[in-house]
Amino acid sequence: MTDNTNINKINSYENTRRKEEMKHQVITFVLMIAFTLIAFLVVAAELSRTFVIPFILLLAVVQVGFQFYYFMHMKDKGHEIISSLIFGGIWIAAVTVLTFTTIIWW
Amino acid sequence: MSQDHSLNLKNSHEDPAKATMEGKNKFLGLWFFLGGETVLFASFFATYLSLRESTAGGPTSQELFGLELVFIMTVLLLTSSLTSVYAIYHMKNNNFKKMQLWFGITALLGIAFLACEIYEFAHYIIEYEFTFRSSAFGSAFYTLVGFHGGHVVFGLSWLISLMVRNAKRGLSLYNAPKYNTFAIYWHFIDVVWVFIFTVVYLMGMVS
Repeated sequence: MTDNTNINKINSYENTRRKEEMKHQVITFVLMIAFTLIAFLVVAAELSRTFVIPFILLLAVVQVGFQFYYFMHMKDKGHEIISSLIFGGIWIAAVTVLTFTTIIWW
Repeated sequence: MSQDHSLNLKNSHEDPAKATMEGKNKFLGLWFFLGGETVLFASFFATYLSLRESTAGGPTSQELFGLELVFIMTVLLLTSSLTSVYAIYHMKNNNFKKMQLWFGITALLGIAFLACEIYEFAHYIIEYEFTFRSSAFGSAFYTLVGFHGGHVVFGLSWLISLMVRNAKRGLSLYNAPKYNTFAIYWHFIDVVWVFIFTVVYLMGMVS
């Protein structure tokens, strides 16, 4: 009996925590949609290329950060190994893109 | 967790996807895979960035791309990412029916995205005669965007088989990790798309 009430207490605490988390995720989603809109509007406005390209790339990086940390839970505990895997991948990705683009340019 | 309710979610307050060793291993395995996927897409992106000006007299990215359709596709995929977050939320609350409902919505949004992509490719081929063989730009474009589309197709088949196979089983510690790994994979597809719409479409529109 006492066991059950304890579990119920834990469950109701967990439920509130999950609701809170869900709220953060909806906010994340709204921000991602807003970032997407801004990126499309900046391109549609035909501003100068030197501003637009770094700006939309920055928006993409922030959006991907939201995906990884909020939607894919990388901000939670116990994601240390996983972070090293994905950052390893991102590092190789960055080097590959850099190599290819510079080889073609020079 | 003791043996007698090892597959019963009711007495568990842990994340059902990571309550068993099998679940933990699946989770780790999926992230290993995603690390590799990042490298795979990196080489496609790098190739595309190097070859996107090599149009061989064929259509250029400025002539081809339209903002409206890409924006609709982005919103569809982003929303499907959120609906799978809702599904996982219901999984953690042990609500199987609502989880299936939200994953069902995710699948529908994924199918809508795919339909837009097929329309887009057909439009390029029929109206502009822009194919895989038109130019180096064509090959790089269809490889990168098509491979992402292939990932969507694979994700949809994965999700639909999961939903059908487990429809009458209900949620357990056995199948919760399966749904969870799918949800993470689906978010990753969205991550790749964020870079595709920025690097391929938006940067391709900027002259």
